[in-house]
Amino acid sequence: MHLDIQLSIDEALKHVKSDQTLMVGGFGLVGSPLSIIEHLTKHDVSGLTVISNNVGEAGEGLGILLRQGKLKKAIGSYFTSNRDVAKYYNEGKLELELLPQGTLSEAIRAGGAGIGGFYTKTAVGTNLAKGKETKEINGETYLLQEALKADVAIIKAWKADRLGNLVYYKTARNFNPNMATAAAYVIAEVDEIVDVGELSPDEIATPHLYVDAIVKSELTLTKDGVKNIG
Amino acid sequence: MGNSRELIAKRAADELEPHSFVNLGIGIPTLVANYIDDKLYTLHTENGLLGVTSVEEDAIDPLIVNAGKLPVGEALGASYFSSADSFAMIRGGHIDVAILGALQIDSKGRIANWAIPGKDIIGVGGAMDLLEGAKKIIITTNHVANDGRPKLVDECTFPITSERVAETIITDLAVFKWQGEHYELVELMGDSTIEDVQANTTAFYTICNELLQEGKV
Repeated sequence: MHLDIQLSIDEALKHVKSDQTLMVGGFGLVGSPLSIIEHLTKHDVSGLTVISNNVGEAGEGLGILLRQGKLKKAIGSYFTSNRDVAKYYNEGKLELELLPQGTLSEAIRAGGAGIGGFYTKTAVGTNLAKGKETKEINGETYLLQEALKADVAIIKAWKADRLGNLVYYKTARNFNPNMATAAAYVIAEVDEIVDVGELSPDEIATPHLYVDAIVKSELTLTKDGVKNIG
Repeated sequence: MGNSRELIAKRAADELEPHSFVNLGIGIPTLVANYIDDKLYTLHTENGLLGVTSVEEDAIDPLIVNAGKLPVGEALGASYFSSADSFAMIRGGHIDVAILGALQIDSKGRIANWAIPGKDIIGVGGAMDLLEGAKKIIITTNHVANDGRPKLVDECTFPITSERVAETIITDLAVFKWQGEHYELVELMGDSTIEDVQANTTAFYTICNELLQEGKV
């Protein structure tokens, strides 16, 4: 008998505590663990640092947690699409760390792969290079970027088997497989849970050793916005 | 206005070598897709799809989007991958051309397209990675900003996106190519004249012999 790692969302969220660092998958709301975020709005946690490409949209996804004052800091590449972010930042209620999207995704990949940091040419000579160590390699200048890790990652996949092997869907993949490798505790929200053996070993993008809990989606992104399917 | 955007996009499409891998930015660059045969070119979007195509309204899948979060379709032979893989393609030099917009372009060939001084700097996305990694950069932009000020300036006053030179600039007035140390005006767009370009450009550039001989001044 395999270990069944399916939990209720609230059980899984007992691992999220105040002042932790959280990785949150998604590109805007696409591939974002919307149901887990929705449940997190009802948990009494604060001072969270989130590593996520965006802070959701205004009042949607991570944008809800921002309005609740649960977020202390956001590390990401594009906060412009959520109007609230500039407001909270200017009022001193949210710290921001802006990274180029490729540097962000590689820092997460490195964090999961046991790499302390890496050198990249991206952002050399720009305002985002300020305060970062540089190194000449073969006559070219590179910037040091340290790896990113988190206490908990909440990610979205399409299908999981009961062991936690994950398959992703279309461009809802984005940051999710990388974040699955870079946190101490990984919760994957999925649309469908199947028996072990039903996924082809060839199609599994995230092997189950990375995944600590799988939970069933209650919300999904449709053409007309976020809809309840639970 | 709409017309000049289409004109720029159409001209940018002519720059592409068949069978190249192309990343289109937001705005005018997105329109380039309307002027290319999607069997001849493979479009990449940095949120993790190689093989982007257009999609009919009734076939929209909300989980297939481009970097501007707009719905797109998957072409025959398309593939999906993670963000880290997608940017490895970009930084690793596997994308032949990136077509991008710009707020300013300066005499050194540098582009500013991610931040405006005095406004909150809260988004960069993939702009810096694309400028750093794509083998060739084509900038498509209106020649002047909305307030009428030149976008081709001697030195960017907006924060630069990269120290890398953008090889080709296509505006509603002209096409410029980088010639080692400076831009050269190589073509006039539509009915524009060299005088129009001169009146609206503060960056240093030279004028190619063909245009001078045609006497389009």
